[in-house]
Amino acid sequence: MSQQEALFTYCLRQADDLLILSHRLSEWCGHGPVLEEDIALTNRALDHIGEARNLLTYAGQVEGKGRTEDDLAFLRAERQFVNTKLVEQPNGDYAFTIARSFLFDAYHLPLAEALTKSSDAQLAAIAGKAVKEAQYHLRHSSDWLKRFGDGTEESHRRAQAALDGLWTFTGELFVQDDLHQGLVKAGVAPDLIAIKASFDETVDNVLAEATLKRPVDGFMASGGRQGKHGENMGFILAEIQYLQRAYPGAKW
Amino acid sequence: MVMVTSAITEARVRELLQNVKDPEVPAISVLELGVVRAVEVKNDSVLVTITPTYTGCPAMDVMKQDIEKELHDAGIADVRVQQVLSPAWTTDWITTEGKAKLKAYGIAPPEHTADIRALKGELPVVECPHCGSKNTGMISLFGSTACKALWKCNACLEPFDQFKCL
Repeated sequence: MSQQEALFTYCLRQADDLLILSHRLSEWCGHGPVLEEDIALTNRALDHIGEARNLLTYAGQVEGKGRTEDDLAFLRAERQFVNTKLVEQPNGDYAFTIARSFLFDAYHLPLAEALTKSSDAQLAAIAGKAVKEAQYHLRHSSDWLKRFGDGTEESHRRAQAALDGLWTFTGELFVQDDLHQGLVKAGVAPDLIAIKASFDETVDNVLAEATLKRPVDGFMASGGRQGKHGENMGFILAEIQYLQRAYPGAKW
Repeated sequence: MVMVTSAITEARVRELLQNVKDPEVPAISVLELGVVRAVEVKNDSVLVTITPTYTGCPAMDVMKQDIEKELHDAGIADVRVQQVLSPAWTTDWITTEGKAKLKAYGIAPPEHTADIRALKGELPVVECPHCGSKNTGMISLFGSTACKALWKCNACLEPFDQFKCL
């Protein structure tokens, strides 16, 4: 694999995480438990989709075949999406949605911080914008996780169940395959061991305040980065892609 | 035929840009918001460089169109608006006049990022834009648009938007 192909895939990995998570968050639009949270989640979805758009546009430029952000978002098949399985998990209850975002934010913030020093100027520029927004995201999800964990018996139980259920999907965020290692050597991507250390610190600090237990590492799900997704992914793409598949090239 | 009677200058373009408002916060112009990073005039063509406030801000496309329209209406035919991401926009680029106009419009302007509390995630002291009281509290980190948080005043009991420090 050439450096160019590796960079293309690396952009897609990040973009797909953000695109699919933003889609999940947007499903809460009009259904939030309170108005402020409805607005908060749609705001976050907007931030994620903004970063995804930048990354998909750049991926298209790197690939050099004239594909636009829309081509990459709307016209790839399921096996060509390389997001982690964490972000495709269904929303569940509000504790589950918050826990899923918290685990992602605890990974995304240090990743964006590290990418601001990437040898790739465009990735560094995209991360430079994202890092500021990611601070707000992590604050939001941490605040709610603490409120749930240190709240009532019921909210504590649900928050713990959400973390326990999601933990198996966190391993995939930190897998460094040959493609990733090649980009680390080139100074394009950060070493995920450092990102994992920051993730661990955030998780331990917030869970301690939230009086929640950190789940024990067990079986870790994988495959998302290779395009092998769970049963939910097809439904997500059907919703994202239906219009462009039914009416190719439709604009609004 | 449109006759351009006077030569296009950067100063003239900036004068026109003052008429282009932020579509979501129409109290301030794109210049006061700090999203215009450069204006280049070469013969009869104008290149305006803008930077997004928030990555997903839906107002950016509208701003681009509004800038093109304003300059076209002033008889400048050759207008290009390009977007750059770096350096990343910061609320420090909102001009002093811009901040004053935000306040008059009922939106608490952002504090300065040099304020270390903002970086540490502690809450800033925000003055109510309606009554000036500092007895205020945050309701939600996310408000009516990507750039604002929702606050309320404990003195006059009015809710208000705060432009988030970024």
